[in-house]
Amino acid sequence: MPVFDLATTELRDLNASLHALDKEGGNEEFEVTNPRGAHAVAVGIDAPVDVHIKGSVGYYCAGMNETAHITVHGNAGPGVAENMMSGKVVIKGDASQYAGATAHGGLLVIEGNASSRCGISMKGIDIVVKGNIGHMSAFMAQSGNLVVLGDAGDALGDSLYEARLFVRGTVKSLGADCIKKDMRPEHIEILAKLLSDAGITDVKPDEFTRYGSARQLYNFNIDNADAY
Amino acid sequence: MCGIVGLFLKDKSLEPQLGALLSEMLVTMTDRGPDSAGIAIYGADQNNLAKLTIQSPEPETDFAGLTDELRAAGIANASILPKSTHAVITVAADQMDATRTALAELRPNVRVMGTGNVMEIYKEVGLPKDVVERFKITDMSGTHGIGHTRMATESAVTTLGAHPFSTGSDQCLVHNGSLSNHNNLRRELSHQGIRMETENDSEVAAAYLTGEMAKGKNLGEALTSALDDLDGFFTFVVGTKSGFGVVRDPIACKPAVMAETDAYVAFGSEYRALVNLPGIEDARVWEPEPATVYFWEH
Repeated sequence: MPVFDLATTELRDLNASLHALDKEGGNEEFEVTNPRGAHAVAVGIDAPVDVHIKGSVGYYCAGMNETAHITVHGNAGPGVAENMMSGKVVIKGDASQYAGATAHGGLLVIEGNASSRCGISMKGIDIVVKGNIGHMSAFMAQSGNLVVLGDAGDALGDSLYEARLFVRGTVKSLGADCIKKDMRPEHIEILAKLLSDAGITDVKPDEFTRYGSARQLYNFNIDNADAY
Repeated sequence: MCGIVGLFLKDKSLEPQLGALLSEMLVTMTDRGPDSAGIAIYGADQNNLAKLTIQSPEPETDFAGLTDELRAAGIANASILPKSTHAVITVAADQMDATRTALAELRPNVRVMGTGNVMEIYKEVGLPKDVVERFKITDMSGTHGIGHTRMATESAVTTLGAHPFSTGSDQCLVHNGSLSNHNNLRRELSHQGIRMETENDSEVAAAYLTGEMAKGKNLGEALTSALDDLDGFFTFVVGTKSGFGVVRDPIACKPAVMAETDAYVAFGSEYRALVNLPGIEDARVWEPEPATVYFWEH
């Protein structure tokens, strides 16, 4: 298994090696030690590789990921898994602002807390947070699922489109056009699969509340003309 | 962008290393802002003595003979310790105001960076590593300190526009962000008699806290008021003679990471700034909440 010690190796050498992997390649495994908060660790991978990062990372770790499985054994800085397309990213600690922003696919699991703007503008990614999430999470979220085992901060789901939000704890406040919705059987099924994919076995789907778009902002309302 | 750092020691045995630890934290943040850099260090209390940190664009001519001229102007026991473009003048605590008045007459080109019983401020245009070397910050001991590396947005890249800003005795502030109501606030604070030297928004934040603390508030209460009265983006790290505080605006776009152990409380714009602190592997590391005041007191 290749081991990259970022205390002695350039970050570019690590990322170049990851970019050189065969898209159809086998089950390679990489280990990264001493990340010490470095930016852009393991970004832009397009191969089914397992990457274990032993420590905390800075901005934009695992951004644009396709098919790789990346585990951060520590905390992640702002923008982890930003614009992920597919694959799986697991953060063993906490994640900073805008985790999973604009991501199109894949699964992001945050075992600690996520701070503000988690899943902002998400476009198909599934995000499971075992702890709490901060304010303005899922702002303008377009599709995908955001699952929160703890509590959500202010203005959850402001101006969201068709993403589904499942929160087990309390929601400090809902954003504009975000409302509580019924849990129908198909939602229980989706949630059960996401919890299982995230390796969570001690929490049941019926403990969650679903939130989504009231769809009142989709079209221009002539009564609001004075506001412009 | 800007990078800010702060270190508040709880374990006295680390005090000789304060300057070195804080310098390393700031140098790590260099790529967040290359315009100017500065550090404030809170050193040992010297009973009944006060310090002025001054700066001159022509230190050789301005600092020469200044001790004798200050003494001749009635500031008995004045002494001066030059360090590159800066110098620390030590005087009797009750002669601080008289010293400032005499200095303004004797050396109109000299700027006062900060005053107090224990605080010294060093800041210049340039990279953190150059500023740290020039003022030999790594040799300094102290109880707590804050630092800043600047990417200028709201005012010119000059020595006076660099952080930390000090507007009160032993008080200073570093800021990542930009304020939108600083012009109005500057006018109001000027009416209250608080002295500001620049057009910089961050200096107004420092002056605002000075004004609130002058009303009898402690640092924590002053920072709480700031959440109501300051408009814009901010992560502040603030030092007082015995205190250390952190606050972020409610939107909290500007990054912040904190770490606490039995030996210290540390702040960095990024986790990278904290990785060389002793015992960081076992520290409690967290992101300070928006609109929440954190402060520690010795």
